[in-house]
Amino acid sequence: MRDSERLVLSVRDLSTEYVADEGTVRAVDGVSFEVYSGQTLGIVGESGCGKSVMARSILRILEPPGRIARGEVLFWQDIGNGQEREVDLIQLDASGEAMRSIRGGQISLIFQEPMTSFSPVHTIGDQIAEAIRLHFGANKQEARERVIDLLQMVGVPRPEGRVDEYPFQLSGGLRQRAMIAMALSCGPRLVIADEPTTALDVTTQAQIMDLMRQLQEERGMAMMLITHNMGIIAEMAEDVLVMYLGRQVEYGPVGAIFHAPKHPYTKALLRSIPSIHSTPRERLPTISGSIPHPYNRPSGCLFHPRCSSYMPGRCEQQEPPLIPVGSKHLASCFLYPRV
Amino acid sequence: MNELIGKVLLEVKGLRKFFPIRKGFFRKVVGWVRAVDDVNLYVTRGETLGVVGESGCGKTTLARCILRAVDPTDGQVLFRSENETVIDVAGLKRHEMRPFRRQMQMIFQDPFSSLNPRMTLLDIIGEPLLVNKMGDRRTRIDRVVELLRLVGLPPEYMRRYPHAFSGGQRQRIGIARALALNPSLIVADEPVSALDVSVQAQILNLLLDLQEKLGLTYMFVTHDLSVVKHVSDRVTVMYAGKVVEVAKTKELFSRPKHPYTEALLSAVPIPDPHLQSQRILLEGEVADVANLPPGCYFHPRCRYSIDRCKTEHPTLEEILPQHFVRCHRAKELRLVGVMEGSGKTLERALPGWEWGRDLDLGTPR
Repeated sequence: MRDSERLVLSVRDLSTEYVADEGTVRAVDGVSFEVYSGQTLGIVGESGCGKSVMARSILRILEPPGRIARGEVLFWQDIGNGQEREVDLIQLDASGEAMRSIRGGQISLIFQEPMTSFSPVHTIGDQIAEAIRLHFGANKQEARERVIDLLQMVGVPRPEGRVDEYPFQLSGGLRQRAMIAMALSCGPRLVIADEPTTALDVTTQAQIMDLMRQLQEERGMAMMLITHNMGIIAEMAEDVLVMYLGRQVEYGPVGAIFHAPKHPYTKALLRSIPSIHSTPRERLPTISGSIPHPYNRPSGCLFHPRCSSYMPGRCEQQEPPLIPVGSKHLASCFLYPRV
Repeated sequence: MNELIGKVLLEVKGLRKFFPIRKGFFRKVVGWVRAVDDVNLYVTRGETLGVVGESGCGKTTLARCILRAVDPTDGQVLFRSENETVIDVAGLKRHEMRPFRRQMQMIFQDPFSSLNPRMTLLDIIGEPLLVNKMGDRRTRIDRVVELLRLVGLPPEYMRRYPHAFSGGQRQRIGIARALALNPSLIVADEPVSALDVSVQAQILNLLLDLQEKLGLTYMFVTHDLSVVKHVSDRVTVMYAGKVVEVAKTKELFSRPKHPYTEALLSAVPIPDPHLQSQRILLEGEVADVANLPPGCYFHPRCRYSIDRCKTEHPTLEEILPQHFVRCHRAKELRLVGVMEGSGKTLERALPGWEWGRDLDLGTPR
């Protein structure tokens, strides 16, 4: 079971805010979770729930005016000879030596948009080689050979030719594979994949998911998979974190989240997904209303204006704490008694 | 032959749209992108025809040809107008199109870029009425109020600008604008793809409600098979500019006859960790419409392909009533579809289980 797996990342009470003239936006608000080696944590939520900002906070690449307000991000850094050391990434200087050696090396990020996240004026090979040369001090020739191996591994046909091509010459699926090759180039302990397949077609998406799962099995790396696609979460993740407006509403093993969801938001979200198993022309159950504007956060429980189990006098007054509702299963809702 | 049978509202015959590839100083045409290649389909009044396919399969170009947003290269688009006369939209001159434009309307994918940020809702939704010189300002306002109510937005909002609305609300505005002129055919191009999951369901339900209330006919273009299953009566699957399969929705999903449809269905991730799908992984990439393989366009990726597929292009054949397939081996292959219908997969997988009820299943996998 997973206790035998090593803890790679432990995030405690992470809060990130954006301070603007109009007010402060709490993009991530007190989120805590753990990621183990060889396992995948799925992070789900709709737009504006703070999932991408969270990934950026962990890697310390937030753009101003975003700043980390509180919390700790403990990462077990590999310091060679099978030794590891616990570091709090929040305490590090964002552009300092220590953080730069972790970012892109031990923790890497797969972006959503493979078109915009590659530089259009450098070849794929040079861009992947850059990370290898920086982190391992390899020379040009060694780095190039390593890039070809990597491209081969992620299933890019004819890698010796592709290595000298520019991003616009590759199709969406190949670009995403090149992106994955780049993320894996330095043998990371943790990969953060932010909507890795959203821009791709279903058949390509299936290829990429298959590849990521296979690579994870081979290398035992930990993964944080950020997506709004519940189908992908169900197939890839061991644990799931559900976020709404920056707050963690539910956290637990994938089986519990899908088969015994506790929070009304998780339940409603699962019910409202169109499925290929449904009866044609059947009405879907919906969540009323829409996601509130970040400057206009509801009081108390953030979900109460849209909730079907809203309890007047309680939900809009207090913030529900995150409490255990099952084995390794947490939810923040007043429906469940505190034990 | 300008005839439409019975209740058919729209019939597309042999539609082609080729875009030239130009090269060199003199912009010489060196090849053609066969975006839409010999497409035949029909839509009967009051039904929804879903059109699915991956990016580059020509589904959007097909929709745009039908509405004459682009001029087709060849073929007919027969449309039954309000007074029951049948016209060939593809053969009309631009100015002759005008009286028919209001009978066919489009809903766009991106509700953020398809609404003019400098116009109020009243102007946006009222514009089609103004352009077609229908009524004075007073009647226009009344009509906009009626339309906003119809799509579930409070009429008080009509003096506001689009930036004040969320994605789902903007899509409602786009729908209200499309409905302003009482069209009979609505072509919706990826109308819910840009929306959040919780809002998607609201818009899909709205489209179904409006269809019942107003007797609309939809052509629903999307890459999302789950969405298509929800709204369509019949589904057309496209690959590399060609229609590869057409059938009633339920039949297409449960008994696909084309290997591409089978692979497409198996690639959809199922939101249930206990049901691991038997995925058919397609090799390689979608065929390039500028450089198509010989024979069947799908054969390089098809796991059932035989020698004949490499040389001979298959035709679209009706192998079962109302079920058309473009495959040499359609009759002999036994392909796997999606588990037989019912929106309650989980309930069926776990008898006696209801949403929200606790059930200890231990750790999956």
